Amino acid sequence: MTTLSDRAGRGRLRPAPESFLDASAIATVQAEARGGRRDFLRRAVAAAAVTGGAGAAQAQTPGGGDPSILNLPEHTRALGQGVASEGYGKPSRFEVNLQRRQSPGLTQTRQSSVSFAPLQGLFGIVTPSGLHFERHHQGWWDIDPAQHRLMLNGSDATMLKRPMVFTLDELMRLPSMSRFHFIECGANTGMEWGNVAVPTVQYTHGMLSCSEFTGVPLITLLEMAGADWRRGKFVLAEGADGSSMTRTIPVELIRSGEVLVAYGQNGEMLRPENGYPLRLVVPGVQGVSWVKYLRRIELGDQPYASKDENVHYIDLMPDGRHRAYTSIQEVKSVITTPSGGQVLLDRGYYSLNGLAWSGRGKVTRVDVSVDGGRNWARARLQTPVMDKCLTRFSLDWAWNGDPALVMSRASDSSGQVQPAYAPLRAVRGRRSIYHNNAIQTWLVQAGGEVKNVQLS
Amino acid sequence: MFSCRSAWLLALACVAADAALAQTRAAGGYPGIGRNATATEIAAWDIDVRPDFKGLPAGRGTVAQGQLLWEAQCAGCHGVFGESNEVFSPLVGGTTKKDIETGRVARLTDPGFPGRTTLMKLSQLSTLWDYINRAMPWTAPKSLSVDEVYAVTAYLLHLGDIVPANFELSQLNMREVQARLPNRNGQTTEHAKWPGPEFGTRRKPDVQGSACMVDCAVEPTLASYLPDHARNAHGNLANQQRAVGAQRGASTEPRPEQPSHQSLAAAQATPVRDLLQKNVCLACHQVDAKLVGPSLRAVADRHAGRPDARTYLAARIKGGSVGQWGTIPMPAQALSEADALAIAEWLVAGAKP
Repeated sequence: MTTLSDRAGRGRLRPAPESFLDASAIATVQAEARGGRRDFLRRAVAAAAVTGGAGAAQAQTPGGGDPSILNLPEHTRALGQGVASEGYGKPSRFEVNLQRRQSPGLTQTRQSSVSFAPLQGLFGIVTPSGLHFERHHQGWWDIDPAQHRLMLNGSDATMLKRPMVFTLDELMRLPSMSRFHFIECGANTGMEWGNVAVPTVQYTHGMLSCSEFTGVPLITLLEMAGADWRRGKFVLAEGADGSSMTRTIPVELIRSGEVLVAYGQNGEMLRPENGYPLRLVVPGVQGVSWVKYLRRIELGDQPYASKDENVHYIDLMPDGRHRAYTSIQEVKSVITTPSGGQVLLDRGYYSLNGLAWSGRGKVTRVDVSVDGGRNWARARLQTPVMDKCLTRFSLDWAWNGDPALVMSRASDSSGQVQPAYAPLRAVRGRRSIYHNNAIQTWLVQAGGEVKNVQLS
Repeated sequence: MFSCRSAWLLALACVAADAALAQTRAAGGYPGIGRNATATEIAAWDIDVRPDFKGLPAGRGTVAQGQLLWEAQCAGCHGVFGESNEVFSPLVGGTTKKDIETGRVARLTDPGFPGRTTLMKLSQLSTLWDYINRAMPWTAPKSLSVDEVYAVTAYLLHLGDIVPANFELSQLNMREVQARLPNRNGQTTEHAKWPGPEFGTRRKPDVQGSACMVDCAVEPTLASYLPDHARNAHGNLANQQRAVGAQRGASTEPRPEQPSHQSLAAAQATPVRDLLQKNVCLACHQVDAKLVGPSLRAVADRHAGRPDARTYLAARIKGGSVGQWGTIPMPAQALSEADALAIAEWLVAGAKP
């Protein structure tokens, strides 16, 4: 196999601005470089230009300069568009590749399905609301907030002093709280429990998003209703959609004030796909408990064994038993650039970037390895580092063109360290589906293409 | 700083402010926000049934009644015997008479067993009743009566050999049937992933990673990666990465001159495709291949010469159909007349993509 390092000193692969290089284009570049051709890159890029772009390479600057500098473009010489052309602004037309996507073959319907957020293209820690991952159990709705109600009741007549009903108007009058939290589906990375199954970080880790949520602490509402905390040990949350999704919510997180009845997301109202006009926010706990279209809260003295805690979202262990009521998302991280399905276009400097999070608290450190886990280096954590929130990390890396096994490992404020696949599978087997927080490995191949791999 | 004693006018203002604050404190909360729920309102929404059967309404239904309901409203997605893997995971299968005795499904220990059915996993009968009651049928949730929920539950249990063919399920015998569930002893809460002490003592997490930094004892070998033939299984990855920055997407298209997103976009732009999606037709029908129901092209071909094909097909789409295309019936669909006619017209025109 030809590698970039074979050609050291004879020619360098330069970035192609308008296009990407496929495997054959990379091979062409390498062959022509070996042959001493000086125009190899121009030809390769022209061959790879599939979207009708100019395909001009910056490698050579004939005539003393870059045409992008020398030829003033229309946007520099003419009048642009006016204000409010778009009442609600959209991403640039050049960003169309970053979309929520389904994983082919995972489900037969789109109403009971999931779409994955494009983590490979996101910066910082906040997920744009339109790219937030989706999980619907019986289709999504855009519910009229004027008609929506939230009911609080008890599992018996004395659990609450007064069962209550709230309108959105009333909930939004109450003192609100805004907090940044990640939400991760319990089945995130679930397709990878047995072996590598999907190509990119969008599909391996994309049931993960992070937003600033705004709402009222659920404890405030339960106190208004006169909750009997001596007897009330479990809370049921129920949605208003066809599935009327139910989950048992841990009282400990409600009494700590963390659980929010949220209507806001990233400065605006929740998106319909994410539960407009009301959803529960249960920090650190898997997404299925963040009940969307929230219509009812019941305080009770026993757990509820809903469908999504007795038949689904149960973790199969090697002894054939299922763990039920598994809720906390444990410490986890993933490198998002470079990641599977990407191609590095040159040797030299890269910033290894990724995301780390823990349902048990703050991320305290992230270590990164480029040699398959033999040696690790401590990554920089970008501030702010918040509780039960995504944390962005980075590490400087000079790629020499050789194959590299790139991985990250997070630790959290509870003392947990993210495990490799071998110790995780030694305890939980390979059939769990849920709560896979193993270290992810990407193979950067000599040609620059990155593949999803597992080392055990 | 002014003091409240400095002038009587200020003092008056201060008294008023103190009074306002006192009012807030006295109310002990948020006066004017929220109201009492009425008993009728609570009854309308409080539909959950717990494992101790609290919340279970009285009613009854037989296996035979359940079979009729099943074949009309459930078999389309789940198969006549609850075995179908076409739309959702199978409900029935993988359990034995021995499992009913032990309460542990033995096949859950077999890594070679292909899948897990609902009856292999279910540990609480209340869960099954509650879910059918709140969310089924999938396209018309909460449309079954209490007796119908009992009947469908009874039929499903019968398919798993948990109750006999002449069984009638009611609120009186749910506990007896619970004691026969094949996996009733198959779940545990012995783990550290529930915050709080409600399920017993707090436990330590079961897996801890290594903090080794240098010369760690690993011998990296590639144990698993995607085979080359699957490169394009998720579409052309080149079109799923930003086109500017430190890296590009790898082209996984066999013919990069024809990006897949164009044909995909063209397909999605077809209004009929949207109608088929919106009305969940595609859960059971594909355009060109048999899924649960016949391919839409096959439907179009069969009725090609029929003079009243447009109205006939629209009526079939709305009203359902039995015995035309095999044993699995198509249930009646709650779509609009206009949608049904639009789909019928598209079928009459040959179901072209």
